[in-house]
Amino acid sequence: MPKVLNERITGIKWLKNSICKMTVKSGYISKYAYPGQFVNVKCADDTGIILRRPISICNVDKDKNEFDIVFMLKGKGTRLLSRKKRGDFLDFIGPLGNGFTISARNKKVLIAGGGIGTFPLLFLLKELPHSENSCCIGFRSCDNAVLVDELSECSNDLILCTDDGSLGKKGFVTYDAEQVIKLQKPNIIYACGPHEMMKEISRLANLYGVKCQVSLEQRMGCGIGACLVCACKIRTTDKNGWKYSHVCKDGPVFLSDEVIFE
Amino acid sequence: MEGMNKYDISVKIASLKLKNPVIAASGTFGFGREYVDFIDLNRLGGISVKGLTLEPRQGNKPPRIAETPSGILNSVGLQNPGVHKFIKEEIPFLRNYKTALIVNVAGSTIDDYRKMAQILDAQDVDAIELNVSCPNVEKGCAAFGSTPSGVCEVTKAVKKYLAKPLIVKLTPNTLDITETAKAAEASGADAVSLINTLTGMAIDINTRRPVLANNYGGLSGPAVKPVALRMVHQASNAVDIPVIGMGGIMSGDDAVEFFLAGARAVMVGTANFVNPSACIDVITGINKYLERHNYKSIDDIIGKLHAT
Repeated sequence: MPKVLNERITGIKWLKNSICKMTVKSGYISKYAYPGQFVNVKCADDTGIILRRPISICNVDKDKNEFDIVFMLKGKGTRLLSRKKRGDFLDFIGPLGNGFTISARNKKVLIAGGGIGTFPLLFLLKELPHSENSCCIGFRSCDNAVLVDELSECSNDLILCTDDGSLGKKGFVTYDAEQVIKLQKPNIIYACGPHEMMKEISRLANLYGVKCQVSLEQRMGCGIGACLVCACKIRTTDKNGWKYSHVCKDGPVFLSDEVIFE
Repeated sequence: MEGMNKYDISVKIASLKLKNPVIAASGTFGFGREYVDFIDLNRLGGISVKGLTLEPRQGNKPPRIAETPSGILNSVGLQNPGVHKFIKEEIPFLRNYKTALIVNVAGSTIDDYRKMAQILDAQDVDAIELNVSCPNVEKGCAAFGSTPSGVCEVTKAVKKYLAKPLIVKLTPNTLDITETAKAAEASGADAVSLINTLTGMAIDINTRRPVLANNYGGLSGPAVKPVALRMVHQASNAVDIPVIGMGGIMSGDDAVEFFLAGARAVMVGTANFVNPSACIDVITGINKYLERHNYKSIDDIIGKLHAT
């Protein structure tokens, strides 16, 4: 059950110029959150920025009762959020959303992440039961590549690429993902990244007949399923053939074959 | 709950008795379910449910929201399960709680509104809120609400079929709010609620596209509060029926401004998106104001603005 929480920030670390990792003390989140879920964060008090910002949970440390969020500075909200200091309190709602479904039956796993979409995959990798997993991650350039060592530590095989070739291989995650699918025949794919990448991963999953869970992104309002703004197209069996579900409450994780990518 | 019983903050909107004057605004509170993890719905004066149409509606293409200074623009486009599913699945749930159930209805044609009124008057609900002000649908709705004659036509058409209190929700996107308020009153409305959202736009200068897929949307939040207050003040001076005020209420103090301007009850909308217990905080804030100023009841402040 999600709660409105006000918890202490225990660490702030800049991973890159515009990417910030914030560690927050929260027994509630570390106890109840699971991979793929998010928190909806109030960036600042008494400003013209009224909406909270949905940020995925990147990592949970159950021993320390802490969790991490990693966010990229995109606008006024995230800029204000990044000005918070260690020791300040963070007002957030969480844990929210339906995250990834993990099953011990899936012995071979492919994880595909692009850009800021890689952040929640660290939590997922850490929670995966013993399995053989390959991890394909991509960033625009080395300036945006973060958490590579952490992800690498948790995966059997990490393939890194950048759009411009400034780090790892030059190219897109989807190319490497297809090679892994062909060679290793994974039982399941977990993916999170930009729209075009999700669309291609879903196509590949369908083409090679692999189960796939995708974490989607859409502009959100409330984060709790009330405002209905974060609509995404989901296949139905009725005559209409589709309906709008909502990323915050029905997702953010969906089965790739139920999502209609446009 | 401190101070809850010290002050009488119950109000009457026509025959509808509310235990307190704070109603969750339509379109911001779903069907109440979304908030049970956060608040006790029994404490609310009322809930105006997500706007319903005769048939289910999918709503508009995303993106449906843009943040603007001190506000938000939305273009949800009345996504809802339709009145029949609402009756079957949501009324029984909402009736578990002791709070007034107000059903917000919207339509593309006069006939839609008339049918909805007929259906809902036979149901276990407390009042009907006529939505003639949603800016995000192609047909009907705000097209009726933007002129006095349009308001008159819809209100008269539904009033014939309604024994339950009828609240007409007015749009600020009109020439003169006093004219549409008077048209509602003259056509049989038991109360008016205002304001719905102001039509607006946001542009992404990098893509050179509107942020909303629907191009335009409805502006709400603190940014609209001054406009809302002015219109509530004008409308409550123009009509004798109760006025329910809304527009950017985030706190008890904001609500008090609306009471002073003449509102008999308030609706809290956008604030729910930021703070799921916003309605409760507003109720607490109203009580604190009454305590601070030694007032005995909410009637001591309704319409008690010292204006020259």
